[in-house]
Amino acid sequence: MVFAEMTDDATELFDIELKLLLDAVYMRYHYDFRGYAMSSLRRRMRHAMGRFDCERMSDLQHRILHEPAFFADAMQYFTVQVSEMFRDPAYFLGLREQVLPVLKTYPSIKVWVAGCSSGEEVWSLAILLAEEDLLDRSVIYATDINPEALAKAEHGTFAADRMPLFSRNYLAAGGRGSLSDYYTSAYGNAMFDRRLKKQMVFADHSLATDSVFSEVHLVSCRNVLIYFNRELQDRAVGLFREALVRRGFLGLGGKESLQFGAHADAFEPFVANQRIYRKVAP
Amino acid sequence: MAWPSPLEALVIGASAGGVAALQTMLGSLPGSFQAPVFVVLHVPKDRPSGIPELLGGYCALPVLEADDKQPVRPGHVYFAPPDYHLLVESRDALALSMDEPVLFSRPSIDVLFESAAAVYDRGLLAILLTGASSDGSEGVAAVRAAGGKAWIQCPVEAAAPAMPNAALAHAGADAVLRLGEMCERLKGSPA
Ligand SMILES: C[S@@+](CC[C@H](N)C(=O)[O-])C[C@H]1O[C@@H](n2cnc3c(N)ncnc32)[C@H](O)[C@@H]1O
Repeated sequence: MVFAEMTDDATELFDIELKLLLDAVYMRYHYDFRGYAMSSLRRRMRHAMGRFDCERMSDLQHRILHEPAFFADAMQYFTVQVSEMFRDPAYFLGLREQVLPVLKTYPSIKVWVAGCSSGEEVWSLAILLAEEDLLDRSVIYATDINPEALAKAEHGTFAADRMPLFSRNYLAAGGRGSLSDYYTSAYGNAMFDRRLKKQMVFADHSLATDSVFSEVHLVSCRNVLIYFNRELQDRAVGLFREALVRRGFLGLGGKESLQFGAHADAFEPFVANQRIYRKVAP
Repeated sequence: MAWPSPLEALVIGASAGGVAALQTMLGSLPGSFQAPVFVVLHVPKDRPSGIPELLGGYCALPVLEADDKQPVRPGHVYFAPPDYHLLVESRDALALSMDEPVLFSRPSIDVLFESAAAVYDRGLLAILLTGASSDGSEGVAAVRAAGGKAWIQCPVEAAAPAMPNAALAHAGADAVLRLGEMCERLKGSPA
């Protein structure tokens, strides 16, 4: 091979540098982004380079390796923090009308919200459980790898200007009252009722590197798997499969599917038109 | 003729006026069309669009709304779902993302075109149709920089000329064509 004749394929070089960066992040900080979908990572890393004035990926790598505080900022480009209370109301309606009636039959209920981001999904589920009179005998594990997001999730305070959207979603999800029953407003924020929080447990947990920590009846993992490649999706769904009790439930984002993965046969669709699955009996 | 040879994939972006234009364009694809087709059409969020089903009725190829990590099959048409970006992850798989809207749009034409350019480089044909936004300009630039070809709808003819105009000014094109001309070419596609 005549190296001098190799063409400068920009995409190929970018991908090589990106992989080196992911290796570096893993070795230095033990965050494992190596199994993330490359198509959107490429784009976000290009943004990070622009935002932090790094002309080359190696400049970004240098700062990430040498400045832990810088990595904490850059983290916002490795993960995507977008969430909404009762996002896709039909999903929450499906849980309310079809899944909770089954969970009611258990003496205690454990729910795992994997990739909970800033907590909108967790607080929505707590309201759902409260309205079905199940919250007192439930535990909600809320996990994520982004420490900033987890801190926000624990706080349960969201900007007041998001409440009209959240309220519409809540009602469309079969809400029995008014969303404002659950929060108090102050200084442009809506702070959710502390009573909802009693049963929540927040923890740093990675679907890429950690293992199962508890048996649960329902896993809600929405719009997290879309950021993973197929192999990492298989790992994550394998964790859910292991964590779920016999005939337990798994809820995914509206466009996420088990169909293309290794665990397709371990689950069956449970709610029509929603990505809510139930583990089949072994 | 401004064709990639061989043609490995087709991406199409459309915004205002795009439903009618896509109906014509997808209707012209022959049943023997081999390349996979990926489409971003700007649609209002929060509404099941129903557009893939609608347009599927006019197209000889199967038309689907994409799921995450869906396998890519030849001669299938994949639409971005409302409120998600659609990306080409590899020759075998699509990917969706909830990253921030780009130029107020999710799905974004730029995001689709750039991701497809990275996977198919010289084998990619990108078609940019009518629209009132400037989405697609960066995408067309990325496709052309990677060696793929771009056809842009003649702005004079487009229902909304802003999007084709913006892309032409920013990235140029391998061909500027009327919708009817594009369709004629696609009918006789070399692939
Ligand atoms: C788009 S948000 C989804 C938020 C919420 N589940 C929803 O649907 O509204 C994706 C979340 O996945 C988290 N995440 C990314 N990689 C993860 C991993 N390996 N393990 C756990 N969470 C992860 C991100 O930090 C981010 O908070």
